[in-house]
Amino acid sequence: MTINQNAANQAAVERYRNNFLKEVEANVEEGHMVKMCMQCGVCAGSCPLGNAWEHSPQKIFMMIRAGKRAEVLGSDSMFMCTSCYNCMVRCPRQLPITHIMHGLANYAHRLGLAPKGQPTRDFATLFWNNAIKRGRVNELMLTLRHYFRGGLVSGIKEAMGMQSIGLGLLLAKRLNPMEIFGGHGVKDLKGFHAIIAKAKEIEDRKKGFTA
Amino acid sequence: MNAPATPVTPKYAAYICSGCGIGDAMKVGQLENIAKKEGKMALVKSHPFLCNAEGVQTIRDDIANEQVTHVCIAACSRRAKTEAFQFDGVAMSRANLREGVLWVVAAGKEHDEVRQEMAADYVRMGCAEVKKMKQPAGNVKEASSKRILVVGGGMSGMTAALEIADTGYEVVLVEKSGALGGMAANLWKRQPFKTPYAEAQDTGVAEMAARIAANPLITLHLNSTIADTSGAPGRFVIQVAQESGMVSEETVGAIVQATGFTPYDMAKLPELGGGQTNVVDQAGLEALAKQANGGAIKREDGKEVSSVVFVQCAGQRDTTGTHLSYCSGHCCGTSIKQAMYFKDQNPDIDTVVMYQDLRVPGMGEDFYRSAQQKGVIFSKGKASKVTGGDSCAVTFKDLILDEENTIDADLVVLATGQVPNAGVDLEAWNPVVTAAEGGDEAAKAQRIVMHGTSVLKLNYRQGPDVPQFKHGFADSHFICFPYETRRTGIYAAGPVRRPMDILQATDDATGAALKAIQAVENASLGRAAHPRSGDLSFPTARLEGCTQCKRCTVECPFGAIDEDEKRFPKFNEERCRRCGTCMGACPVRVISFENYSVDTVGSQVKAVEVPEEDEEKPRILVLACENDAYPALDMAGMARMNYSAFVRVIPVRCLGSVNTIWITDALNGGYDGVMMMGCKKGDEYQCHFVKGSELAHYRMSKIGDTLKQMGLEPERVVTQEVAITDNARVVKLINDYVAELDKLGPSPMKGFG
Repeated sequence: MTINQNAANQAAVERYRNNFLKEVEANVEEGHMVKMCMQCGVCAGSCPLGNAWEHSPQKIFMMIRAGKRAEVLGSDSMFMCTSCYNCMVRCPRQLPITHIMHGLANYAHRLGLAPKGQPTRDFATLFWNNAIKRGRVNELMLTLRHYFRGGLVSGIKEAMGMQSIGLGLLLAKRLNPMEIFGGHGVKDLKGFHAIIAKAKEIEDRKKGFTA
Repeated sequence: MNAPATPVTPKYAAYICSGCGIGDAMKVGQLENIAKKEGKMALVKSHPFLCNAEGVQTIRDDIANEQVTHVCIAACSRRAKTEAFQFDGVAMSRANLREGVLWVVAAGKEHDEVRQEMAADYVRMGCAEVKKMKQPAGNVKEASSKRILVVGGGMSGMTAALEIADTGYEVVLVEKSGALGGMAANLWKRQPFKTPYAEAQDTGVAEMAARIAANPLITLHLNSTIADTSGAPGRFVIQVAQESGMVSEETVGAIVQATGFTPYDMAKLPELGGGQTNVVDQAGLEALAKQANGGAIKREDGKEVSSVVFVQCAGQRDTTGTHLSYCSGHCCGTSIKQAMYFKDQNPDIDTVVMYQDLRVPGMGEDFYRSAQQKGVIFSKGKASKVTGGDSCAVTFKDLILDEENTIDADLVVLATGQVPNAGVDLEAWNPVVTAAEGGDEAAKAQRIVMHGTSVLKLNYRQGPDVPQFKHGFADSHFICFPYETRRTGIYAAGPVRRPMDILQATDDATGAALKAIQAVENASLGRAAHPRSGDLSFPTARLEGCTQCKRCTVECPFGAIDEDEKRFPKFNEERCRRCGTCMGACPVRVISFENYSVDTVGSQVKAVEVPEEDEEKPRILVLACENDAYPALDMAGMARMNYSAFVRVIPVRCLGSVNTIWITDALNGGYDGVMMMGCKKGDEYQCHFVKGSELAHYRMSKIGDTLKQMGLEPERVVTQEVAITDNARVVKLINDYVAELDKLGPSPMKGFG
């Protein structure tokens, strides 16, 4: 947790006291719909990955209403969502469940409360950092960083395990080894970074974060 | 009583239809001969299309020109073509050759013989029956009252009174308290009954009370109770006792009982904080809301409530047997409404509704959604402990997160259930009366106390109130005949017959009002009420043969029969539903209807030709309830399902009307078995006469001894419960029974009849 995140977290705790539902309504995308859940459990039953998560959407919503701030924001559930939209399509109360889950993930991440070492979250971070650097995804670097996330030995092992696919990609000219030297970016990299910075500034302002 | 319409010289005629394929499959000429020679019909005709205008005219002409008084129509089922075959002033029987023979006996030449025998028997039965019938003349009452008494001036009672008055009938409205409105008058607001079902609405009590006060057709008795009710539909005499002790007499034709409910006593729920400070029931919260008058709701100690928890199902849906076992239906909606009282006044007040299953019938889902939008928190949990005091605490099990939790609140509201105000429970009353009549002094004192709690104080032999069914609610079948109680002309409406909210109660009251109007009209014309509405026949007893066994008075499900001073049965014809349960009960067979009697059925039983043993053609008598079983058999025919041609079906008004003499007669006459088909009995009963089917089962459970004396196996008499939708099942029941009897071998009584 950075100093900024910590301050933001403290501010939120102070501001909403024990009314976590209000905090969610104010800060989470589509958070105002959480109160409309009628606990039927259709989302929990519809989720194809349901048994791989700690809490189903139904439970997450109940926990929000019960004020379980730390458990909700520290849950891995939001990061396990594959955005299949099954729950959202089926919800009889028309809650935008997928959006709420993403909103919660985003909020937890901003506050630095999201679970550490959660694989899907780590990969998403990797992807974001990679894409932001030059405005394009450097596939070779993304792959390598992913393989070597756990150190040199496991990285080599993982890479060797995938070598036939890598070779195939190389022969089909789908993988450029020269990308290792940084790869190509967007034409106006400076402009791109300015756009991202502006977007972040707008979002932070909207959600009450001051950098 | 009016003179019977049947002229002194009866003339019998039989008409056999050969249409619908009857003529192709059966020898109609032979049937005509049977009607003439065996049936002793004076006039016998056949027609290729009896139900068409020309066919019907033939019959009309004979009635007009040949002085025919009794008609046997051998054509389709008695349930078909009822409009074509309707002849006023003549007695009529129907032999069911189409649904009962043509459509159910397997096709093909090899079945011609049994088919013809079956048809011939039905013609014999039809002729035998009509000869024993009289056309009921009815008993028109000159001085029948068409006023209607409404007991209870709450939402149901006020609605019933206004609805009745709006149709032009006079109403006598009796209310125990000093003002109209009942429970609804104590409400701050009521659940919405108009689109968009989002906000609580004004109760409308004041407006209704004003309309009642201004209505010249409504006589209002406030501060009054019923001191005595005697008589029958069309001639109830009511003693209305005022608080002051003054008694006035009212004569009415029918009664709507809308005595409502009492909230379940919170004091019985100490574990949920009942009796502790700042723990109230829903009625208690309404009082606080009325006091606040739209402002901040304050507790008893004057503190403004900033957090409130509603505990649903408090003392309800209890599986331990300590509290109410049922759901009262309105409380979820009521708590939603009450949570809104807080949210509308100040959205920052924490309101939690703790529910197990949120049940909001009707348009309640919209109301629920509206409360969620206002920020009411709904928690699925079961409260195990509530402590009152300055800061209340609710301990509960969260049913989603599966963990124990506690919430604090300034105020806790318990959603307790509805307890019906149905008066004396007759199941408890009858043993007390028996003991009191036996001279027990304690029982005599208890009888007086119990009678004091009675609502209607009916002067009936069967007890002072309407019978109760489940959980103390007035008996009524919630689907088939919702407002009917087991006392003819007395209709229950509102929470006295099942738990409900205001909207349901007003619907209920409207329905009961219409039933009461039907009842006074039927009574004035001497006709039966539901379910044989329009029936002009009524039971009479040949008292010189009566042994005063009291079975008819005890077993009549509708309390129609009192005892006179000589302890003979006294029939209150207007209370009678014409089911014939008394006729089935009578061991000396002195009770009969003009068109339905021990003889009309008995002669049919005897009219069947029972083949000798060596012919290997068993005969099985089926006594089928005309309400469900007989239609099911007809429908089996319409679906062209086949059942054995060895059965002979006789429709009966209710299995309760089956007199055991018919069964012993049949078995003595060489029938191989008797099967009875009646409606479902017990807690989920479908019997149109409530107790008929149950009584029949009970009586048949005692028939074993009789069979033993006759040297017969107990399997020769069976009783089945069937529903109207059981067309495939009745076929299977019949065929299985025929196969079972085949294994048992022919009846040893054959040839002795």
